[in-house]
Amino acid sequence: MQTFKKSMLLLLTIVAFSACKNETKDASTTSTATQADETTTERFGQAFINDDEGTPNCLQIAIGSPDHKTLVAAVQAAQVENALVNVGPLTVFAPTDAAFAALPEGTVENLVKPENKATLADILKYHVTPGNLSTSILTKLPKLGQANNQYVKVEVVDGKPVIGGANIIASVKAGNGIVHVIDKVLLPPTKE
Amino acid sequence: MKNLLKLTIVTLSVLVAFTSCNNQSTNGKSGALTSSAAEKVYVAPGEHDEFYAFVSGGFSGQLAVYGLPSGRLFKVIPVFSQDAEKAYGYNEETKPLLNTSYGFIPWDDAHHPDISQTNGVLDGRYVFINGNNTPRIAKVDLTTFETTEIIEIPNSAGNHSSSYVTDNTEYVVAGTRFAVPVPQQDIAIKEYKGKFKGTLSFIKVDPEDGGMDIKFQLLMPGFDYDKAHPGRGKSDGWFFFTTYNTEEANTLLEVNASQNDKDFIAAINWKKIEAYVNNGGGAMMPTNYAHNVYDEYTHSATSTMKKEVLMVDPSEVPGAVYFLPTPKSPHGCDVDPTGEYIVGSGKLSANVTVHSFTKMLAAIENEKFAGEAYGIPILNFEDVLAGAVEQPGLGPLHTEFDGEGNAYTSFFISSEIVKWKLGTWEVLDRQPSFYSIGHLMIPGGNSQKPFGKYVLGMNKITKDRYLPTGPEVTQSAQLYDISGDKMELLLDFPTVGEPHYAAGIPADLIKPNSKKIFKLEDNNHPYVAKTEADTKVVREGNIVHIYMTTIRSHFAPDNIEGVRVGDKVYFHVTNLEQDYDVPHGVSIIGANTSELLIMPGQTETFVWEPKQVGVWPFYCTDFCSALHQEMQGYIRVSPTNANTPLKWSLGEDID
Repeated sequence: MQTFKKSMLLLLTIVAFSACKNETKDASTTSTATQADETTTERFGQAFINDDEGTPNCLQIAIGSPDHKTLVAAVQAAQVENALVNVGPLTVFAPTDAAFAALPEGTVENLVKPENKATLADILKYHVTPGNLSTSILTKLPKLGQANNQYVKVEVVDGKPVIGGANIIASVKAGNGIVHVIDKVLLPPTKE
Repeated sequence: MKNLLKLTIVTLSVLVAFTSCNNQSTNGKSGALTSSAAEKVYVAPGEHDEFYAFVSGGFSGQLAVYGLPSGRLFKVIPVFSQDAEKAYGYNEETKPLLNTSYGFIPWDDAHHPDISQTNGVLDGRYVFINGNNTPRIAKVDLTTFETTEIIEIPNSAGNHSSSYVTDNTEYVVAGTRFAVPVPQQDIAIKEYKGKFKGTLSFIKVDPEDGGMDIKFQLLMPGFDYDKAHPGRGKSDGWFFFTTYNTEEANTLLEVNASQNDKDFIAAINWKKIEAYVNNGGGAMMPTNYAHNVYDEYTHSATSTMKKEVLMVDPSEVPGAVYFLPTPKSPHGCDVDPTGEYIVGSGKLSANVTVHSFTKMLAAIENEKFAGEAYGIPILNFEDVLAGAVEQPGLGPLHTEFDGEGNAYTSFFISSEIVKWKLGTWEVLDRQPSFYSIGHLMIPGGNSQKPFGKYVLGMNKITKDRYLPTGPEVTQSAQLYDISGDKMELLLDFPTVGEPHYAAGIPADLIKPNSKKIFKLEDNNHPYVAKTEADTKVVREGNIVHIYMTTIRSHFAPDNIEGVRVGDKVYFHVTNLEQDYDVPHGVSIIGANTSELLIMPGQTETFVWEPKQVGVWPFYCTDFCSALHQEMQGYIRVSPTNANTPLKWSLGEDID
């Protein structure tokens, strides 16, 4: 009987400390948010807040689109999610899967490799303009200053804006700006 | 027995195993959840914080005082808005502080606090802060933690590039955000270009009493002036202002003011202009603005309307003003502690641009100009550029310094703080902010001598960081330890109103000077009653002045008769207490105010206009003593045409 009591105690102890263990696990998971290490840092932030009440933001629109699987994969590989969910306002040019497929073979596969993260991030930021720019405003602007600090040229063809040679196929208003679906991937001009 | 022993050993080892699990989470990498982070922000009961932080209350119009590292709120100092907690702007004494050329404005938007300096080092005498909407600069006295002066800024609109002090607090500076017609006039908005101007105001601060006076205004082109920073040390004598909308657009600025590759940082040699003005330069221009001063001895503020201001045309002071091209609508304009580097944060740029003061002087010396704008020479970007931090993040806003050669820049869009090295421009560390940080603050981080132990991030978005409170969630700040190579997030804490900027200072520079009571003998209030024998009630037509006192635990007088419906009754209440932390309050049924909060030795006044016949109680509204609930009195209100004699008493009935 004494032994039984002891085992109960032991069990209780184990339960108590198991609880501690779980807590610890949670704690260390949360803690990665405060790490300097970039690979873990970017997993936290506004991009990862569940919010099904607001208008979808630029990232959620891309994720929800059947034609932007490559783009979403690239955004995730480059870990630039948080840049697309900020209050912005942002204009995002979203190349379709077909546009990515039109790149020379192996390009995308190469870019999503961890060692090319910076290059990929640079290309993706070249698709983002600070500001909420409708197609009609775009026709009035000769160039756009992109988030990677380079400019992309805007031409007007048949009254429609053509962005760095890419046509706008569709435009979707986002909670934090606007997404223009484009038929070509924009490649940043070579830096000096 | 053996079994039992085994069992005990097993239990013990389980204990050890799980205890060590616990330890791991404590020592390890769990950031703010570790006890080490907790210890760093824990200030034990009864202990004091190491720093004061004065955090702007944004649209609340106030200035909040927090302790760092604890994040505890000590006081909300009312500045530009009425405050029901302290009767500020409600009592008769402080109402004049909120007077303007537009009349009584009980609410403004408080932005950028800055602490006074001596020789480029925080001296802890005053905090200056700007009212953004109806342009004003306020001074808060750090012996009383009360607003003691507010000066309106004429010819200004959206007083945003304010209120920064020079190395010896010779000037506090206020730059207009919006260009407007100067002087104001009825013209078409489309006449903006060329007709609208931006003024930069230099407000002289009296070295003795801190009194403010607009020495001159500089009439600049019609750009938007965003932020400002004085030169430090070697660049003392200069002032730098970021500009945007150099396109001079007057509609859809989100597109039209983002067209130029570069806007400007305006470099102003204020010492040169000061000399010009002292030699009779500039032209007096008729205007109208309020100058409001609170006197600590009369416990009352007065408002004076000023009718002219000295206007300086920069084209008439050659060599005083230059433009430094700076990429993409720069927001932050920050000068490092040595005064050599002028950091411009182009908010639409991915880079942080740094100009060199030495190179700027050389370019001016060589008269190498890229052109001019409204007669003001533009220097070549390449000639003044010290370097750039390449792609540290998105949306750079503001930079402060730790005094160890490092800079800390906030990035709004990428929501992070980036630490980088002055001179090499290399990124040393980055930490996320939760979320979308605006400004940041290191105590003394904009002076020659920063106290680089913490950086305080002030965030624009809070979202899921606290328990939800409906669509409106709290404003928020975050504290990071910057004493090591890597920043470490220690603490989230809520703030009052939107925290635009803050000023921090070691507590030891302020604490010894903090006043405990006001000396009753020094009270020069016109309606003071320094003893109960001095209390009285005086009728002047339908105005009734009650000279009242408070002491634990009664009012004198506490029975008053002879007041009539339609009277205007002024309660002038003097707190006779001379003990630290024994304020009294007072209010009466039907009054528009529900409290005065009267500090020991102080006199405050509220007005009561009795509307109903009867006998009405008044009481102490601040829990003062064990007999606080006994601290009450009655006023008998008779009909308008009654002839009840005016009488008062304490401790005996009125005959």
